[in-house]
Amino acid sequence: MQVKDQNFKPLVVSFCCNWCSYAGADLAGSSRLEYPAEVKIIRIPCSCRVDPLFVLRAFQRGADGVIINGCHPGDCHYTSGNYFTRRRMTLLFSMLDYLGIERERTRLEWVSAAEGARFAKVMNEFVGKLHEMGANKRLGDIRCKE
Amino acid sequence: MLVCWCGSNIAGTVDINTVVEASKREPGVVYATDYQYMCAEGGQAMVRRAIEEHSLTGIVVSACSPRMHETTFRKAAAAAGLNPYMVEIANIREHCSWVHKDKEVGTEKAVVLMRAAIAKLNLNTPLFPGESGVIKRALVIGGGIAGIQTALDIADAGYEVDIVEKSPTIGGTMAQLDKTFPTLDCAACILTPKMVDAAQHDKITLYTYSEVDEVSGFVGNFSVKIRQKARCINSKLCNGCGDCIEKCPAKKAKSEFDEGLANRKAIYVPFAQAVPNVPVIDQTQCLKFKTGKCGLCEKVCLPKAINFEQQDEIIEKEYGVIIAATGFRPLSPERYGEYGYGQLPDVITSLEFERLMNAAGPTGGALLRRSNGEKPKSIVFIQCVGSRAEPDKGKSYCSKICCMYTAKHAMLVRDKYPNIDVSVFYIDVRTPGKNFDEFYRRAVEQYGVNYIKGMVGKIAEEDGRLRVQGSDLIEDTQIFVDADLVVLATAVEAQASARPLGTMLTASMDQNNFFSESHAKLRPVESPTAGIFLSGVCQGPKDIPETVAQAGAAAVKALGILSKDKLIGNPCIAGPDELLCNGCASCEKVCPYGAITYADKEINDHGHRTTRHVAEINEAICQGCGACTVTCPSGAMDLKGFTNRQIMAEVDAICR
Repeated sequence: MQVKDQNFKPLVVSFCCNWCSYAGADLAGSSRLEYPAEVKIIRIPCSCRVDPLFVLRAFQRGADGVIINGCHPGDCHYTSGNYFTRRRMTLLFSMLDYLGIERERTRLEWVSAAEGARFAKVMNEFVGKLHEMGANKRLGDIRCKE
Repeated sequence: MLVCWCGSNIAGTVDINTVVEASKREPGVVYATDYQYMCAEGGQAMVRRAIEEHSLTGIVVSACSPRMHETTFRKAAAAAGLNPYMVEIANIREHCSWVHKDKEVGTEKAVVLMRAAIAKLNLNTPLFPGESGVIKRALVIGGGIAGIQTALDIADAGYEVDIVEKSPTIGGTMAQLDKTFPTLDCAACILTPKMVDAAQHDKITLYTYSEVDEVSGFVGNFSVKIRQKARCINSKLCNGCGDCIEKCPAKKAKSEFDEGLANRKAIYVPFAQAVPNVPVIDQTQCLKFKTGKCGLCEKVCLPKAINFEQQDEIIEKEYGVIIAATGFRPLSPERYGEYGYGQLPDVITSLEFERLMNAAGPTGGALLRRSNGEKPKSIVFIQCVGSRAEPDKGKSYCSKICCMYTAKHAMLVRDKYPNIDVSVFYIDVRTPGKNFDEFYRRAVEQYGVNYIKGMVGKIAEEDGRLRVQGSDLIEDTQIFVDADLVVLATAVEAQASARPLGTMLTASMDQNNFFSESHAKLRPVESPTAGIFLSGVCQGPKDIPETVAQAGAAAVKALGILSKDKLIGNPCIAGPDELLCNGCASCEKVCPYGAITYADKEINDHGHRTTRHVAEINEAICQGCGACTVTCPSGAMDLKGFTNRQIMAEVDAICR
């Protein structure tokens, strides 16, 4: 059995759309709902702004997990952006899985501006799983760390 | 680099000094400092001074969420002569100090967030927003007390307002009420003058029996398609005499206004004071539509206003602002088997009770049992039906108005019929409002209403009466109360039409289908979507005084836009690199606003002049979602303020 590194701190990039999930993360904050500090949020206007290259870049630079958060289907501030995200990320995640970036390291979530508790819960779950899995070594380019 | 303490909000979990010192080692940082409250006047003065003294070309403020104070700091930067889009915020409060407890962990994360913001700022370029005009007309969706008040306030300020109401009359739920708490004003007496005011106002146009079909555009320039359903009456000819209604032989339809407790004709006005006083033909009930025969109404109508051929009409209009005022419906208690609603005729809802008590109601104001038409001797009220429930049982929230209207009902019954025994089952009695608790205490002390703390588990019919089995939590015992009538205080629920409307308006909704406000405390009547405002219960349960206050507030916010001639746009919009664009038109297909077109343009490709078919962005229409940027196969399209390089730089900074 693989011995887990107790000090392992996963590096998590969390893309949040400005209108729903970024506000949901703000609400988690003002409600003082704890989630792991490993989660670092990048604000984008819409989840559809997440280029697959950003996700690849994060893994190349040593991220252990990437999570993209958008408005619930039907609630996109820009009407249809999250539908593009859903299709695009489904493809990307399965391609990454093929490359050895396990499914559990990538996630697409819908978090509304009113769902602070849900945001914290999703982050806790996601990071918890990454803790079990350990570091991502498949795509990381160690030259980036030098 | 400016780091805010936010008192102990940030400084409690983040070591400010470490963040300041770490920032000094980042590329491009020439000055770093901290301040107790950066958003306060002193803090902003410091921002201005720092820019001027150190000739800064950009600033990063590590503070609260950009949703909170981004505008504040942009203004401060602009005051010091810096382009306001050369400001980046590192959110080290909501996303850091408030969600982590360990100071070491919090500080470490704050440093990373600060680094990401600096990395992004290093790639920022000054941006210049465009301007767009404002159509000086408002659309109010919903014609209840909220919509009426908002419309009146906007119209009184001198701007045109249209009200779209789905039912044949304005008035909404308030028109159905008998009396109103806490002063026992008659609802109709205070509402109908406002309805008439709205109808007669020269700035207000009513579209009743109408629905919003389609919304496009953006703040200042919305285009809306309104479907005016076929009334089968020419409103211009109808004089409201009512002869048609008298002669109509189809009288089996349930009256919506009387909550199904009385019947109405196939041609009807919902109630006597309806505005406009123009009948409507219910095509599902009308014999002419069902069998082809009849047409009595047409024969008796002197002004020849009946028109069976009338079709739905689509009205296209433009508006500068839209106010949602869709109100609520009481939740149907049929799903709760324990109360027997739907099976036991003497178990009714509070709104049905309002109709029974109303002098213009189905019984002429006489409180009679539904089963046998007799006067009840004992009435039980049950509060929190569907409110404050487990998620699978109903609504998690408190509906806010039930405690008060139940006290009102109990009081009215005891006042009119002192011999009727009245009991109320409650979980808690909540009376936060001006003169509310005094009102509730009158029900108990002056009118002798028996309040029982506990829930009802079962209602069964026994010898023609209702046996109410419940718990008394104070005595800690099971009790039985015999009643002739049981009234359920059902939860306030968002209209079924609210969600689809929210989607049309691209306005955020919460999990209960109430419209979300832009900020829970500071922007309570504004939707996060610019130009959309919220009036009344569509935003969350509230009573009439609160609804009216909020309706006025929504009007003021709407006027803030209507009174401007130009709106400053959002400069964070897409733009193509014409040298890279290969004219594939992928972006055109994904743009939700139709902001992208293609044109032949003369391009200077490294000194070589050529004409190419390339993408062109309409800057007034683009909203900056970025769908086109990711779709573009050649990487020609980018989004100002959120460029590929900027986001990559943030990723790199976080993963460093």
